[in-house]
Amino acid sequence: MSESGLKPQMKYKIETKAVNLHYGSFHALKDVTMGIRDCSITAIIGPSGCGKSSLLRLFNRTNDLIPGVKIGGDILLDGDSIYDKSKDISVIRKRVGMVFQKPNVFPMSIYDNIIIGPKHHGVKNRSKLEEISESCLKQVALWDEVKDILKKSALDLPAGQQQRLCIARALAVEPEVILMDESCSALDPESTMKIEELMANLAQKYSIIIVTHSMEQAVRVSDWSAFMMINEDKIGTLVEYSETTKMFQNPKDQRTEDYITGRFG
Amino acid sequence: MALALSSISALALITIFIIIQGAPIITEVGMFNFIFGMTWAPSQGEFGIFPMIVGSAAVTVGAVLVGVPIGICCAIFLSEFAPVSVRNFFRPAIQLLAGIPSVVYGFWGLLFIVPFIREHLGGPGLSILAASIILGIMILPTIISISEVSLLSLPRQYKEGALALGMTQWQAIRYVQLPAAKSGIVAAIVLGLGRAMGETMAVIMIVGNSVALPQSILDPVRTLTTNIGIEMGYAAGEHRQALFATGIVLFIVIMILNATAQYITRRK
Repeated sequence: MSESGLKPQMKYKIETKAVNLHYGSFHALKDVTMGIRDCSITAIIGPSGCGKSSLLRLFNRTNDLIPGVKIGGDILLDGDSIYDKSKDISVIRKRVGMVFQKPNVFPMSIYDNIIIGPKHHGVKNRSKLEEISESCLKQVALWDEVKDILKKSALDLPAGQQQRLCIARALAVEPEVILMDESCSALDPESTMKIEELMANLAQKYSIIIVTHSMEQAVRVSDWSAFMMINEDKIGTLVEYSETTKMFQNPKDQRTEDYITGRFG
Repeated sequence: MALALSSISALALITIFIIIQGAPIITEVGMFNFIFGMTWAPSQGEFGIFPMIVGSAAVTVGAVLVGVPIGICCAIFLSEFAPVSVRNFFRPAIQLLAGIPSVVYGFWGLLFIVPFIREHLGGPGLSILAASIILGIMILPTIISISEVSLLSLPRQYKEGALALGMTQWQAIRYVQLPAAKSGIVAAIVLGLGRAMGETMAVIMIVGNSVALPQSILDPVRTLTTNIGIEMGYAAGEHRQALFATGIVLFIVIMILNATAQYITRRK
């Protein structure tokens, strides 16, 4: 790997190497190799059931929770394998945060939702925690809306605000990568727009990987796009991966073209 | 419909019956003297049940102290850690605990726990502690099954969300899942309280049944239920009425506990 020193543009935040994923006897992903760049938004698109969420969930080892899961190949975060036996999973999950499809605020106050992460990573000082909650809520443009009701239950917020709270909660542990699994699909257009603006801001500091079923959204927000599809054996594969503008103007693969021009999916 | 009505009317009949039987003695002795009276001497016309209220409270609290930590840990193990095969073995085994007749629990306590306490901790052995241990075991099925169901019924997203923040599995349980399942777990505890307070047979056999305020957990006491169980066989007249009145007190306390449990589970 002496080459990587010569070509800094080839350095990736996350790299997958011939990743294979099995759920029991079901082969879900085959030989996925891709590199994800820092400080950018990468969109994973493709028809339902092509394994895009499965791939995303590999990046912070969320699939480990599913019984019978088998993972082949390797995934590197800053050049280090995250599947290495000596690695502490909670450290990896702290570095690679995740926002889910449906808002999953915890049944506790808005404030407690934000500080629960940092609290368990050793921040005990009250004023420091208050500072974190304020800055994270400001980053997701929720501060003005909730600053007077921080002690109220987060479950009372409307869905759009809940999802932004979930993003703020993920930011509070200072991740390096943020995974978003169709995080706008349960939201109204206005909340979706707010979250897309938010992604663009966050991408200046973090690398963001989103799974989306909306091609419009991929075009609007992402710098890079990965198109996935199941092959003839019904196994999810990566078909094409390039800059979003290139892929949507000039797809290299016939299947990508068929999908983005709306011939199927 | 008719069957449903018959079960409700049975409840109504029992309620009316014990109130009719027990109310006169309460009005005669006075509510305050009945509940806070220190002397229970039916033959001299003294009907104070305070020592038994203390006795009931002591064994019930003891049972909860024994049963709740074990029960909740067991529920966490079954819902979060146990492989399916282990869970499928444990679940019916725990239900079986509920099926053992209470007299068997009492007999077992008398043979093993009472002598053990007498030899190693002192006192007569027949004690609050012995009853607490046995009742703690008897309320396990209630506590485990209700806590387990409330943990299992939490959306999976809570756990995933907590882990995605880099919390360990244990932190996720302790700080996210248990608080989220709080209402179910509190309901389990309250129902366990009711069960411990209402249990009679096992308690009669191991609690000593002396009517006195206990000084330590190694002292024997008499509970409200055992008072009725022991004396009903030969009581007549006012004495009998006083036992029914004891039943009214017990009935009200348990009604309050069950209503609390229902209130907690409904308020989400």
